[in-house]
Amino acid sequence: MNLKEIIRLTEGILLTPNMDINVQISGGYGADLMSDVLAASQPGAVLLTGLTNPQVVRTAQMAEFGAIIFVRGKQPQPETLLISIQENIPLITSPFGMFELSGRLHQAGLPSFESNVPN
Amino acid sequence: MCPTRTPTRQETHGRQGRSITDHDANEINRVEELSYDLKINEVMTAHMHITSPEMPLSKVLEILRINRISGVPVMTDNQLVGILSLEDIVRAMEKNELSAPVSQYMTKKIITVAGHDSIVKAIQTFTDSKLGRLPVIDENNKLVGMITKGDITRGILTALQKDYKEEEVRRYRASHLFEDIISDRTTLVLRYNIKAHDFTRGGNASSHIKRALLRLGANPQIARRCGIAVYEAEMNLIIHTTNGGILKLEVESHRITMSTTDDGPGIADIAQVLQPGYSTATEQVREMGFGAGMGLVNIKRCVEKMEIESTIGKGTKLVMRIHVPTENFNGRKDG
Repeated sequence: MNLKEIIRLTEGILLTPNMDINVQISGGYGADLMSDVLAASQPGAVLLTGLTNPQVVRTAQMAEFGAIIFVRGKQPQPETLLISIQENIPLITSPFGMFELSGRLHQAGLPSFESNVPN
Repeated sequence: MCPTRTPTRQETHGRQGRSITDHDANEINRVEELSYDLKINEVMTAHMHITSPEMPLSKVLEILRINRISGVPVMTDNQLVGILSLEDIVRAMEKNELSAPVSQYMTKKIITVAGHDSIVKAIQTFTDSKLGRLPVIDENNKLVGMITKGDITRGILTALQKDYKEEEVRRYRASHLFEDIISDRTTLVLRYNIKAHDFTRGGNASSHIKRALLRLGANPQIARRCGIAVYEAEMNLIIHTTNGGILKLEVESHRITMSTTDDGPGIADIAQVLQPGYSTATEQVREMGFGAGMGLVNIKRCVEKMEIESTIGKGTKLVMRIHVPTENFNGRKDG
């Protein structure tokens, strides 16, 4: 599924200008705990999160996410936007909450990219 | 240096007369950027064939044919008086007037561009005037060359190729570092000073480290594992230390070592901090998505060897190691 389709399904707004929305996204992952994201995600997914600080982009970069969606219409901090433009990670804001967004994307065929990790 | 001159329309009014908004600025791609960076005199043809107003058209046609060009400037006493193009000659041929002088058929209305202008100016002039070639003048109004759309395309392609080559050379040099430098043991050390509580820049060093590893030719899985481990370690320095600390990456052809050192406060019970879920992070840190007590657990899972030493009041040293298959950094496979 490409990012364009994800933006349509989530009724999202692309916040980062001039980014390739034809980029392929292979799965989804939702979390507000950055350590969870780092520990249990697979590369190439879209990250659904309620956090908007710069660390979200750094985390996404380290864990190799293709894009980030902020839930419930949240807007990123200016530094967050800046880093995402530098690192070329598209940011999207969607009016829906984490559960609704996960449901919409999963139903449309986007698999979960959460790996099973023993604690 | 640029001589004093009146600003071009481009500079005064922006693209096509519109001012450039932030949105536009972000949409400028490398080719557009080059059309602003490259100057007309860098891509124009400087060696020109010229003609005089008196020359018969048949002779000019010969010049155009032999040199495979489609137009020439017409000069009298070093002054540009017109342009004669293949289209003008075709008009003469239709009337069977090839013996007529150049002055009778040349285009007298001359539109010129300045050599020190960006090629975007020439592109605009081509579009506005519907002309196929333009004479280029210097700051003294002297003809210095001719420019066609073909010259612009060639200029941009050459510049893009240069970009590409430079990047290739950079990558090649970096990825062959360990092959090119002969020693009994080569180690590349990158050191980063991490400030305590500097959340805004948290992860910058890790980001540089990951990029360096990829540039050195590390395989993407290893770079990802190192990136995650070192990022957790960097955040630990930012979250927990009194005065920050030092993050260090040591790359050798067979292994990558990452370490953090700080001077306090130190960890009382190391076994306890290694328990998943144990954390001393503040509420503020938790709100940022950290401090779930998973950092060291995560690091341990990403690297092959993790060692932690700590003394209360003295500080903590964390060492993380990953062995890399030999072909990673030098392109040679060890048997």
